[in-house]
Amino acid sequence: MHADIDLSDNVSLKRGAEHYVTYCLGCHSAKHIRYLRIAEDFELNEDVVLKDIAPVGASIYDSMLSAMDKHDSKRWFGNVPPDLSLIARSRGSDWLYTYLKSFYRDNTKTHGTNNALFKDVGMPNVLWKLQGEQVPHYSDAENQIISSLSLARPGELSPSEFDTVVTDLVNFLDYVGEPAKLKRQQMGKYVLFFILILGFIGYLLKKEYWKDIH
Amino acid sequence: MNSPRFNNFVNWILARFPLTKVWNEHLAEYYAPKNFNFWYFFGSLALLVLVNQFATGIMLTINYKPDSALAFDSVEYIMRDVDWGWLIRYMHSTGASAFFIVVYLHMFRGLLYGSFKKPRELVWIFGMLIYVCLMAEAFMGYLLPWGQMSYWGAQVIISLFSAIPIVGEDLSLWIRGDYVVADATLNRFFAFHVAAIPLVLVLLVFLHIVALHQVGSNNPDGIEIKENKGPDGIPVDGIPFHPYYTVKDIVGICVFVFFFSVVLFYMPELEGYFLEHANFIPADPLQTPEHIAPLWYFTPFYAILRAVPDKFAGVLAMGGAIFVLFLLPWLDTVKVKSIRYRGGIYKKALFLFVISFFGLGYLGMQAPTPSATIAARFLTVVYFSFFLLMPIYTRWEKFKTVPKRLTSNSSIGDQLPLIKQAVSDITQDTVVTTKSGKTLHLKTPNPSGLRSASVDLAKKMKDSLD
Repeated sequence: MHADIDLSDNVSLKRGAEHYVTYCLGCHSAKHIRYLRIAEDFELNEDVVLKDIAPVGASIYDSMLSAMDKHDSKRWFGNVPPDLSLIARSRGSDWLYTYLKSFYRDNTKTHGTNNALFKDVGMPNVLWKLQGEQVPHYSDAENQIISSLSLARPGELSPSEFDTVVTDLVNFLDYVGEPAKLKRQQMGKYVLFFILILGFIGYLLKKEYWKDIH
Repeated sequence: MNSPRFNNFVNWILARFPLTKVWNEHLAEYYAPKNFNFWYFFGSLALLVLVNQFATGIMLTINYKPDSALAFDSVEYIMRDVDWGWLIRYMHSTGASAFFIVVYLHMFRGLLYGSFKKPRELVWIFGMLIYVCLMAEAFMGYLLPWGQMSYWGAQVIISLFSAIPIVGEDLSLWIRGDYVVADATLNRFFAFHVAAIPLVLVLLVFLHIVALHQVGSNNPDGIEIKENKGPDGIPVDGIPFHPYYTVKDIVGICVFVFFFSVVLFYMPELEGYFLEHANFIPADPLQTPEHIAPLWYFTPFYAILRAVPDKFAGVLAMGGAIFVLFLLPWLDTVKVKSIRYRGGIYKKALFLFVISFFGLGYLGMQAPTPSATIAARFLTVVYFSFFLLMPIYTRWEKFKTVPKRLTSNSSIGDQLPLIKQAVSDITQDTVVTTKSGKTLHLKTPNPSGLRSASVDLAKKMKDSLD
């Protein structure tokens, strides 16, 4: 599935950051980003970031750190949940979008859910309350090959509202993966324009010098 | 600037340092053939990339920490918290791949125009040593970000040394400084990457240029311009490197930097070819990635390594694939230098070699499958045959007459009418009336023109191989 994200959409990014703190930060740190940087990049007031995004008691200078204890998480999930600072760079935004929408009911699992993209993942479906509950349809029931998922029980949000939540979240993760990305792309055209002009002048200079060489 | 004070200062320097002599010998009075073409940009571009790697590399060391606990995070610190750190880091990482692109094209130029032949054997040997240093530099530098691919790539490559009989195990232990790739390895690779190898590299580049300027540059015609000197002792077909080639190289540099910037600003990972996705996961000695592949510039040699069934034989084959390049001046003993006047047999052999190099490069990136291994073995044979059978197949070569003087290159300005003609041949004018009643003159493809043009192109390509 394709994630339709837009790094210049500060409103979407802010919603994504809020969702991240609400649904992800319980287990997953994003230690390479600070709340202050979020305020600067999303053009938000520091107080707004502290009130709407950061967890209670966090300072604007804090990194996005999870409070979960490593030993507890190992006991609960069998694994330490990875830091998500660079997840969008190692997996890609399309993968994240598909992953977050691919949870389905599987009663053989400890948490009652499995994932069609990442089989037997230790993570439960954190967004089940919003999304509802999906069930799998098999193209090959014997080998458990899933052809599609369908919504068996609706959640608090409509499917399109839920898509927006996931898109915002993925947008935020993409931003966290490389905060300078937008600036880099915006700068590119000026640099290329400058080099074109320089190259043109250089070409004229070369022609002038070489006019006597035959 | 012509004040007596300034002149006194210059004279003071010149009495103590041969500034004018160096300037003249290597730039203002270094006579280069006047017919350099596209392929002759890559030498100066390699120098440009070298300077880029030095400048950005030094800036990176200011914030990088060669410690297995800190390395990965320090790179991210550079990417996020250091002012313009992302730009510096991308210039360095893109520069690494650009270096190999430029150097491969520079080496291929040598194959095209016989630049390694007498009297330029030493220029080629120094160049090959630079290439080997560059590979060591790239391999060690790739460990420094301490990502999964850094770690496991180093693990795989260092373990190759353990395939050497008797001393292998001890040797790889000695290289790593530990039983697995670890903090000790990272520290020593850092030392080699930022100090030892760059020093050797600078020395070799110096020797490469000194050796080149002793014998003079080759050219697309493969004729020695020094054999045709005017009464003033200056080669008739030579022009001073400065200002002619310095201004020309500025244009080349602009074109190169343009493409470099497109990658840097819009696709610094280049779909995982320049920065691998898995390298954004911190190194984890307990979790082997499902697919370990080196960066693209090593993959031809990696494919050769995997193509050989026995590990030690594979290591030898991989080393041999690089070593055989050193022998080139003595394998290709044909007097005619340039491909322009060489026989079809060499052109076809070179064509097959290029295919084998790209093919192996592609296969080296893929996970090994039985059919891919067979293909890699076949291409490995092609690769080695190009070099090792050279003394044999060049015997049947039929050469064209080599001219006495350089032929001139057609410039872009001369080619414009030809391009215009070609475009008008393959298009036809059609008049279209739109619904609103406007008439438009459109150029649409002309099927018969396209057909004859493609037949001509195929004929030309076939002719160029004869």
